[in-house]
Amino acid sequence: MIVQKTVRFLDERLRISGFSKKTLRRIFPDHWSFLLGEIALYLFLILIGTGIFLTFFYSPSAREVIYSGSYEPLRGTHMSQAYESMLNISFEVRSGLVMRQIHHWAALLFLAVLVVHMLRVFFTGAFRKPRELNWIIGLTLLTLGLLAGFSGYSLPDDLLSGTGLRIGYSVALSIPVVGTWLAFLVFGGEFPFGNILSRLYVIHILIIPGAIGLLLALHLAMVWRQKHTQFPGPMRTEQKIVGTRMWPTYAVKAGALFFLTGATVTLLAGLFQINPVWIYGPFDPAKVSAGAQPDWYLGWLEGALRLMPPWEVRAFGFTIPNPFFPGLLIPGLTFNILYAWPWIEAKFTKDKQPHNLLNRPRDVPVRTALGVAGLAFYTVLFVAGGNDVIAGLFNLPLERVTQGLQVMALALPVVAGIATYKICKELKGRTPKTGHEHGHVIVRTAEGVYETVEPEKV
Amino acid sequence: MNQPSQEDRAVRRIAVAFGLSTLAGLALAVVYILGGNVQAEGILLAISLGGLGWGLAEWAGKLMSKGPEVGDYEDPPPPGDEEEVAEVVAEGWDESFGRRKFLLRMMGAAAGAMGLALVFPIRSLGPSPGTSLLRTAWRTGSRMVREDGQLVRAADLAVEGVLTVFPEGETDQADSQTVLIRVDPALLASDEGTAEGLIAYSKICTHAGCPVGLYRVATHDLFCPCHQSTFDVLDGAKPIAGPATRALPQLPIEVDDEGYVVATDDFAEPVGPSFWNMDR
Repeated sequence: MIVQKTVRFLDERLRISGFSKKTLRRIFPDHWSFLLGEIALYLFLILIGTGIFLTFFYSPSAREVIYSGSYEPLRGTHMSQAYESMLNISFEVRSGLVMRQIHHWAALLFLAVLVVHMLRVFFTGAFRKPRELNWIIGLTLLTLGLLAGFSGYSLPDDLLSGTGLRIGYSVALSIPVVGTWLAFLVFGGEFPFGNILSRLYVIHILIIPGAIGLLLALHLAMVWRQKHTQFPGPMRTEQKIVGTRMWPTYAVKAGALFFLTGATVTLLAGLFQINPVWIYGPFDPAKVSAGAQPDWYLGWLEGALRLMPPWEVRAFGFTIPNPFFPGLLIPGLTFNILYAWPWIEAKFTKDKQPHNLLNRPRDVPVRTALGVAGLAFYTVLFVAGGNDVIAGLFNLPLERVTQGLQVMALALPVVAGIATYKICKELKGRTPKTGHEHGHVIVRTAEGVYETVEPEKV
Repeated sequence: MNQPSQEDRAVRRIAVAFGLSTLAGLALAVVYILGGNVQAEGILLAISLGGLGWGLAEWAGKLMSKGPEVGDYEDPPPPGDEEEVAEVVAEGWDESFGRRKFLLRMMGAAAGAMGLALVFPIRSLGPSPGTSLLRTAWRTGSRMVREDGQLVRAADLAVEGVLTVFPEGETDQADSQTVLIRVDPALLASDEGTAEGLIAYSKICTHAGCPVGLYRVATHDLFCPCHQSTFDVLDGAKPIAGPATRALPQLPIEVDDEGYVVATDDFAEPVGPSFWNMDR
């Protein structure tokens, strides 16, 4: 009754019934890997929710105060108002600490899920025509996610975050020709910048989430329009999509996934301390802590900075500083190649057809091998971001660890790529059991009646 | 008694899940009222959300139709569509703009001028770099102080002692932070700018700008914990390991009549990470 009335009301004004019917009957293919993007969406919602709570208590001010709160070891310490507000969120605000830790854990997982989602799309060829545009939006979302993470963990104004900002500034400074001006405009002057916190804050809570929200809407709208891809299987063709219906089964499943995502994040947040800024102490430009690592998703850039040999270009009175190559050239090339990948691949395969059916990675050995090679490269960089930790853990000389990783960064991608290619060639053609061979199928006949039939007859 | 059917068992499990979730939700409110506790809040939230999630997953998985069902992908666009669109665009263009080349150019000029003007506010975002990266607060005769403002006497440092120092009255100038080290003068490659074995280098790493925090006595080197650049204190702080390419600039110093350590000049080179026009 109430549904009918609401639909009537909206229909008379906005004509929604046709769209609603289609939507409720939409088919979603069943495969666990299609849930990754959905999990990312739910984590984004959790980030927005906890983030809003945190904005009520955080203060992006560099004004110096003397701490007098309940955390004994720092009482009487000079610190910025920003850092003080972080301590207050952690110790004074009831439920503040759990909100902070949910926010941080959700951010770590958000980036992880985005990366795995991207790898799924890459290795199964889901980026191919007609979905190249959504691949571009997805990559932009990943870039924005990285910036959201960096701007977020720079806000507490603790010793660790200040170090990260300083390295970011040095990398910006290293850009040829415009670096000096660019760094001064972006950071508002020479390190340690007067008002960087308020600037980062606006970027973190308004600009980036706004952009992510907008692109996310576009991303979903495109999925809506084009429908999901699906793995090959019985009845699944370029024209027919097989799966679960939106209402009610898929909607309930999606709700379940939201709650389970939330449960995972809150459990982590309750039991595993994350970014205990009160231990690091307030930022002081003349201090630095040993064993300083960024959040995991920037580990590859940190590792690249550490592995880069001491080279820089000095010619005609100008300098291209060392950090430019690992800090900007590598991520710049990485993202540009990824953005262009659908077209690069189409150029080589000469494939101009639209695709709804996915590749199994083994069936496209070259792409899979190149992807694994790339993955090996970034994994070595990521590990190198913790070269001091490794050296300490295994009691090895740091320089040897670094040299070993430098060799691996060049050699491992080649070895991994060739091995992957061989394995793919070996596996190619072997068909896995899908488990759907003997299922019954409900089809809609031309008269609009639903019938259960044997799969072979479809 | 009949065996409970699969359906009955699923119903029971879902009820248990929702029940647990309800209890956890109520307990969460109690924890908040009692003052809050991060572990309890995390666990109870997880049970509350997880119970709902588990119940819904069971519901969808066991009690709802699973299909599979079949739907249609969108058909590819019919050929010729793009021609029609292009025609409509061309028609409108020819009719309205095609004959008015002069006005079009004027409009282009106006839009261009406005775009140019809108670029200028970006300039407000930061000061001009000017010479700020080339100079620090050190001047001829600047006395050295510690971070807390206390003056540094040569006698304060024993051999292998190390201090972070600033020019007097300028302890908030991060680009002026300097390490003062006393070594055995006989070990120094050159005693230029040093006094009584005291030698001073910029504390800002020439790689990515971290404070070169660690003086390793055994090898007489300064080590940056960020990216592990290492500088030879005895030989002009030349980089000997890690990604840094330039030596830490040396601050020329002397000891004045009262025993205070003073700078005889600013650093000869820019301190901190390299940049494009640093040699200009």
